[in-house]
Amino acid sequence: MAKVLMDGNSAIAEAAIRAGCQCYFGYPITPQNELTEYMAAHLSRRKGCTFIQAESELAAINMVYGASLAGARAMTSSSSPGISLKQEGISYLAACELPAVIVNVCRGGPGLGSIAASQSDYFQATRGGGHGDYRTIVLAPASVQELADLTHRSFDLADKYLTPVLVLADGVLGQMKEPVEFNHEAPEELPIRSNALRGAKGRPSRFIKSLSSNASDVEEINWSLYRRYQLIQRQEITYETFLVEDAELVVVAFGIAARIAKGAIKNARRDGLKIGLFRPITLWPFPSAEVQELANRTENFLVFEMNMGQMIEDVQLALGGKGEVFFYGRPGGVIPTPSEVFRVVQRLYYQKGLK
Amino acid sequence: MKKVFSRPRSLKRTPFHYCAACGHSIIHRVMCELIDEMDLQERIFGIPPAGCSVFAYNYFDIDMAECAHGRGAAVATGYKRAFPEAVVFTYQGDGDLAAIGTAEIIHAANRGERITAIFVNNAVYGMTGGQMAPTTLLNQETTTTPYGRDMRIDGYPLKMSEMLALTQGAVYIERTAVTSPANIRRTKKAIRKALQTQIDDLGFSLVEILAPCPTNWKMGALESWQWTDTEMTKEFPLGVIKDTTGGKDAD
Repeated sequence: MAKVLMDGNSAIAEAAIRAGCQCYFGYPITPQNELTEYMAAHLSRRKGCTFIQAESELAAINMVYGASLAGARAMTSSSSPGISLKQEGISYLAACELPAVIVNVCRGGPGLGSIAASQSDYFQATRGGGHGDYRTIVLAPASVQELADLTHRSFDLADKYLTPVLVLADGVLGQMKEPVEFNHEAPEELPIRSNALRGAKGRPSRFIKSLSSNASDVEEINWSLYRRYQLIQRQEITYETFLVEDAELVVVAFGIAARIAKGAIKNARRDGLKIGLFRPITLWPFPSAEVQELANRTENFLVFEMNMGQMIEDVQLALGGKGEVFFYGRPGGVIPTPSEVFRVVQRLYYQKGLK
Repeated sequence: MKKVFSRPRSLKRTPFHYCAACGHSIIHRVMCELIDEMDLQERIFGIPPAGCSVFAYNYFDIDMAECAHGRGAAVATGYKRAFPEAVVFTYQGDGDLAAIGTAEIIHAANRGERITAIFVNNAVYGMTGGQMAPTTLLNQETTTTPYGRDMRIDGYPLKMSEMLALTQGAVYIERTAVTSPANIRRTKKAIRKALQTQIDDLGFSLVEILAPCPTNWKMGALESWQWTDTEMTKEFPLGVIKDTTGGKDAD
């Protein structure tokens, strides 16, 4: 298929439809409304598919839970305050081993915050988010093309590991238009997932639950989830590196911040500064071993995030005291320019006597 | 010899954990009788709530899934839309449906979701130990209204069925009780009609069932049944609250 010019939110929606998403439940919130509206216009017209504008984020995620019980590929999307409301349902999805895709087009917080792009939900996304011992796979795209590709991948991962998968985007990615190519046609029909409940026909009745009056049962659920999370950590880590081979200073950034940092690094390279970029694409599982490996080549790390410093904790954990970790961040929805980040890396480079 | 009474096929051979004289066991049995009679065991899906009846899946021999407190109507919506061939019911208590889940039930009803809500009203939070519910009667003593429900502090008993009847998507709503053989028969008839309303694709249906909770009411079995009949029905009168199904009687 040829490339089309599309905003990020619509690209997520189109990619979801092409991944076989059958049910979408949403609630209006800026800056992700184009996604919901695209689903209203396109998914609702597809045979056997459903779009509902729910009465709340809580209702929307619980509709996802219901659709997932029936075996459908189901999705919801929102932005930061709405994602907080969805945490209840995400915890139940994780506990009941039900796949689902949740998109967070992140905005500035806390509270109602701003409607501008932010990365302030890193902690919430990568630490489970709701109550209980669980994780969600978290994918962090950095372009409209990647929004489409990772949305598609998120449906496959959700089904493969029977877990909710989060796509952590932001207001810039959601709103900006870029050329995007969709490499999949929507499947005519998907196989029914084996743990779907579709009536006790030709088999004994089954139920799905998370409650047990016996704590040992719940402990076993946690162990079972833990083993699956270990498998995900072994198999699904993805990341991008840019000019790290000879780098004296490595910038670690994800999502749109990595895109901004890349611009800064290109400028720095023109000035002869040996700076590289490490971009985690899976935020959970976090590419810890790969970050640690970088410490064999350089001592100096700058974590750059559009928040007050959240991913930096994962970088520090990964490095385990090796190297020196600096931080630059802009919270609240303020979007730094590549030249701003360039000034930061340039100053650090000279301060550390790297040139 | 002719067999006149037996365990319904869709009721598991598991002793109920419910207290003596509790309404749940009667309602479970009645529903399982209907699942057999209407031949629904292979295509019905039940959504029990948080509360004493969270363990309903130990008794119903059908596919079921637990959901978060109050979200039954949203879960049922998602399930039914994804799998419209199913017959879907939520089983909800008064805390679940009338407090934490009010938004979900009102909007599911208003959308005319083809689901059936079984709303068990015992005027109290049962599993958590007898706290005030939205349906607790004025002056009724609970663990959180130890001096009786005071309307100036706690407001009034909430009439969910009457409120839901105002939505155009709700087509059949009836309030019954399980306090006598006649009332149990009426309850069974109402649930049959509610399920048939869904099967006939007419809209949202709900049966509110007044059920005794002798343990938390701190009453004996007989007293709790009498209290349901004499006191609860004053606030929550029995009968058909709304029927725009076209007058077709399930019997």
